Amino acid sequence: MSRTDISEAAYLVASLLFILGLKRLSSPRTARSGNMMAALGMALALGGTFILPEMGNFGAIILAIVLGSIPGWSLAKSVKMTAMPQMVSLFNGMGGACAMFISLGEWLREDQYGDHPHMLSLTGELALVFPMLMGIVLGAISFSGSLIAFGKLQGLVSEKSLRWPLQRQINLLVVLGILGTAVASVCAESVFSQAALTWIIVLVVLALILGVLQVLPIGGADMPVVISVLNSCTGLAAAVTGFAMQNMSMIIAGTLVGAAGSLLTVLMCKAMNRSLAKVIFGSFGGAAKGQAAAGQADKTQREIAASECAIMMGYARKVIIVPGYGLAVAQAQHLVHELDELLEKRGVEVKYAIHPVAGRMPGHMNVLLAEADVPYPKLLDMEEINPEFEQADVALIIGANDVVNPAARTDPGSPIFGMPILNADKAKNIVVIKRGRGTGFAGIENDLFFNAKTRMLFGDAKKALQELTTEVKAL
Amino acid sequence: MSAALAMIYIFILAIFTGVEVISRVPTVLHTPLMSGANAIHGIVLIGGVIVLGKAGDNAVLFTLGFIAVIFGALNVVGGFVVTDRMLEMFKAKAPARDKDAK
Repeated sequence: MSRTDISEAAYLVASLLFILGLKRLSSPRTARSGNMMAALGMALALGGTFILPEMGNFGAIILAIVLGSIPGWSLAKSVKMTAMPQMVSLFNGMGGACAMFISLGEWLREDQYGDHPHMLSLTGELALVFPMLMGIVLGAISFSGSLIAFGKLQGLVSEKSLRWPLQRQINLLVVLGILGTAVASVCAESVFSQAALTWIIVLVVLALILGVLQVLPIGGADMPVVISVLNSCTGLAAAVTGFAMQNMSMIIAGTLVGAAGSLLTVLMCKAMNRSLAKVIFGSFGGAAKGQAAAGQADKTQREIAASECAIMMGYARKVIIVPGYGLAVAQAQHLVHELDELLEKRGVEVKYAIHPVAGRMPGHMNVLLAEADVPYPKLLDMEEINPEFEQADVALIIGANDVVNPAARTDPGSPIFGMPILNADKAKNIVVIKRGRGTGFAGIENDLFFNAKTRMLFGDAKKALQELTTEVKAL
Repeated sequence: MSAALAMIYIFILAIFTGVEVISRVPTVLHTPLMSGANAIHGIVLIGGVIVLGKAGDNAVLFTLGFIAVIFGALNVVGGFVVTDRMLEMFKAKAPARDKDAK
């Protein structure tokens, strides 16, 4: 068996491990082992690459791997669970950048083209060049797009949906520019001619700009969907790069992620009841703002003191907690668990209502609460918990907003109309812990806060919960 | 069958496989699954390794490959570790309820 055969065998097994890993990742009991399998596959593929013929620079390879692994490892270990979405986005961007650099490297590798550096002279070489150009463009888009998504979630870039005049026309122009430069670079006399190199650089810049332009206008609430789209974009970039390098494991792994990522995007959109087209081309929380603000003038929010709220919950039979991103930001998940235990000791039934998109990504809230040792069976999905709100004495909403906004049921003009929501408004009493009077993540006014049954407990989730637990203890 | 054609076959089959294997994922796993998939596309790392490994003493290729490998390694290591951290929490308390049974 030649060395190439051994590499190919390693790639084959690695590809199988990726498929099995992905399969296992989609079921709670096997998920962790699935991730391990995929990691093992990656190690195998890497090992297989090392023994390919004509390889050199091993010292540099190992150095670069170490240089990338150390920050990767420490970031992944140290990141707070609340910052998980932007971390995924950042890693995704790194993958995109990697694909972009590889495609550039392939483009410049002289031995690719044999004695014919005139690309259009041979169609077979066009088949080689096309995936490289795709790899450059897709990689660059997901690199810059992911960084913007990261910046938005991290608060470095405005979370709001940024708009500017002639947005679509400008985007279209950039897309046409990308197509034009791609064609121009292929038509150049030779790959290594000054003209071809210039065109390629312009191509990279335009693709980077497109990534920025596409993500900037999208509001913070839609970021999970954007990250998912960019995730499959990087997958596709990996796949086309695999085409260019004729590397089967790259094609398989990249395509798997591209396809699975696309499906995941669709599933997420379904959970949020948003159409993908609206996320990418629409404006979330932009248009309806004016009308909502107009109707708000004559309404008041009623405040409640922590002590009174503690009495209300301490003597209730059933309390449903609706955790939202505000809870996560305040790092208050442990306090919620403490409050929950105190109430349970007093014989109050406590449950958690988890909206599919609570937190910033589907499933994010489950991760956060699991981190705080909240027993898994107490976390109920929307469909399971919604009928129970009517029997609940108190619905305690902590830093959640859009997922309990009744406008989603009643107001066809609202940007979130049609989104399935938690029926918190059906509870006998509603307490909302909220930092201030402003609108939520998506910038949409919430009628629930003006409901006669609703009391507002203003303050940072952590401080409010500390007060609450102290008061409940004192009861 | 030409190599290009074989690659296209694989590409198409992989699309169906990718959609099929995750079609029944419960909502709670969306985030970890996205993160896991994110780590898997870190396979670009090996592309970077190949570029760097075959760069010889061509400075441009060497630089491109070197940067690509750093980014790729970040993606792979960070991706898998972060996913594992998320799933670790599920595993400790999850066995009581089987969410994908429905």
